[in-house]
Amino acid sequence: MSSAARETKKQVAEIGEKYKYGFVTDIEMERAAKGLSEDTVRYISAKKGEPDWMLEWRLGAFARWRQMREPDWARVHYPKIDYQDAYYYAAPKSTPQKQSLDEVDPKLLETYNKLGIPLHEQMALAGVAVDAVFDSVSVATTFKEKLNEAGVIFCPISEAIRTHPELVRKYLGSVVPVTDNFFATLNSAVFSDGSFVYIPKGVRCPMELSTYFRINASETGQFERTLIIADEGSYVSYLEGCTAPKRDENQLHAAVVELVALEGAEIKYSTVQNWYPGDENGTGGIYNFVTKRGDCRGDRSKISWTQVETGSAITWKYPSCILRGDDTVGEFYSIAIANNFQQADTGTKMIHLGKNTRSRIISKGISAGKAQNTYRGLVSVHPKAANARNYTQCDSLLIGGKCGAHTVPYIESRNPTARVEHEATTSKIAEDQLFYCLQRGIPQEEAVALIVNGFCKEVLQQLPMEFAVEAQKLVGISLEGSVG
Amino acid sequence: MLEIKNLHVAVDGKEILKGLSLTIEAGQVHAIMGPNGSGKSTLSYVLAGRDGYEITEGRILFRGEDLAAMKTEERAAKGIFLAMQYPVEIPGVTTLTFLKTALNAQRRARGESDLDAMSVLKLVRKKAAALKVSEEMLKRALNVGFSGGEKKRLEILQMELFEPKLAILDETDSGLDIDALKLVAEGVNAMRTPERAMLVITHYQRLLDYIVPDRIHVLARGRIVAEGGKELAHELEAKGYEHIVGKAA
Repeated sequence: MSSAARETKKQVAEIGEKYKYGFVTDIEMERAAKGLSEDTVRYISAKKGEPDWMLEWRLGAFARWRQMREPDWARVHYPKIDYQDAYYYAAPKSTPQKQSLDEVDPKLLETYNKLGIPLHEQMALAGVAVDAVFDSVSVATTFKEKLNEAGVIFCPISEAIRTHPELVRKYLGSVVPVTDNFFATLNSAVFSDGSFVYIPKGVRCPMELSTYFRINASETGQFERTLIIADEGSYVSYLEGCTAPKRDENQLHAAVVELVALEGAEIKYSTVQNWYPGDENGTGGIYNFVTKRGDCRGDRSKISWTQVETGSAITWKYPSCILRGDDTVGEFYSIAIANNFQQADTGTKMIHLGKNTRSRIISKGISAGKAQNTYRGLVSVHPKAANARNYTQCDSLLIGGKCGAHTVPYIESRNPTARVEHEATTSKIAEDQLFYCLQRGIPQEEAVALIVNGFCKEVLQQLPMEFAVEAQKLVGISLEGSVG
Repeated sequence: MLEIKNLHVAVDGKEILKGLSLTIEAGQVHAIMGPNGSGKSTLSYVLAGRDGYEITEGRILFRGEDLAAMKTEERAAKGIFLAMQYPVEIPGVTTLTFLKTALNAQRRARGESDLDAMSVLKLVRKKAAALKVSEEMLKRALNVGFSGGEKKRLEILQMELFEPKLAILDETDSGLDIDALKLVAEGVNAMRTPERAMLVITHYQRLLDYIVPDRIHVLARGRIVAEGGKELAHELEAKGYEHIVGKAA
């Protein structure tokens, strides 16, 4: 193992102590004025040096958003958000595009080091390219050359809007329409930055693509926009990981991720989400309202979502697959952990449109403390989706007696040849399991982590190696203090 | 090694052990026999430190230290091992992972460094063959889908791996056929050393034909009612518990 790999492993190990991401980097910020108006939208667009068509797109979304109502069907409760009392654009002042890491503000790099994801080491580790988003502006993109050789485009979406307008115009909003839902429409109006990926025909992306998001500025909503296009016969695995500093004010986060898989293409999208969940009394924490959707547009394409959701005060997130092409495959593997006063309402939608489409849903929900954890999923088989198959397995694990687990599966089948299976279990960590571990010398918190990791195994196995270790640690950290 | 003095233990407010005294020296194997409900398992749990087993009177000294002041996992790291009557299933956690986690947790508690996966595997393999614990079993989730015999053999494997100072075997013979019983007994006998003490808890005399104890104590209604050498087991077998328990009452 290289020294860089060792170093990273050591840092991952250090994460296993406590939530220690509660620090704020002191970098001068540049902000839009507080509140949301047409002027805010124009300001953001101007800051990004966007072409007119992009501004028009944003303004259209904003006009629409003003007529929309915040949804209230999820099993989450939070004080009303005042959308006029937040900043919609914040960028570290000194960071236009950088050509190399040497140009990056050392304080920023230090922040990443505290997070245990040093860019320098990341570069050496397992060939992961990192497009690091610090608040709203991408500050460092590595491995660009290697990707260039393969013809892969991996850059901030703000850059893609200028350099690849034909691709962005064709695909942006084609999976999640501007009018899709309250939070997605808000994102369409004010999104600041995010990642853009294009994999050309027949290309297998030579490395895992990885982005670390991080919210830093106080009272700044974060609105990433990610667009991934896998052209015919291509393959890409994309990793997204998140942590946020400790804050008292609630922070709104409304991201949109769109995936497009053309004929025979495969996209694997993995997330580890570890944003600040609020304290033991339910104060603070991130509000995470995310719209993620993949479109298996071409025949025989495949999209696979894997998520490990351990953070945020509120999680509202349903990564979905539209199985449009024939013989397409959609997968959703999820671990959602809610501790203390966290509320998670998450699941997926599998929309079977094409023939012989298959989907698989494995959801593992863990509730502890006074948390509420809901799986909400839709499997919809349309009339033309002959021989559609779905298998759903929803398992809930309860730790302690004050939390809740809820499973809300919706199944709509309009084709008689479809076969849809749903299995659900609810269990508790048994006292005899804990005693057995303790008797063998395993301390309580380690025992809980071990048992929960066992419960989540089928999902953890889906994660790329680089993430699996960190995810296992996170599972343990996020349940600390949940027993005894 | 182990000194129990006038031990009273309550579960849910109900007194189960009512003044039990017992001393085991290093190098000795003692057996506790007794009818159902006499408090045998309660004794094993209170020694291991299970939640809900409250010492209301008396004390337990383990190598001169007060056991009540030690957490369950500390006792394990200091050398108390309980082979359980009903080994617990932990889905999704492979047996080998569990063994490594436990072994390293104990090592860490003693200030020793972690062993890597390869070293643990080598250690485990050395012990596994004699107990007929297959590689395939080590890859399966802990105790999940194991037969009764497999579970008990794995308990003995763990005992050998952790090398405890005091091994408590709670009804290790239950659910075993004669071949499995011999296998388990051989494993236990191989662990008999001058430094190690063992407490074998059993309902039947059968196990004691294979693991011959230095001393036998008969437990009834929360107290030791009779004590003797290995021949006591045969007397119990011939005359039944009622005879001895009745005599003591």
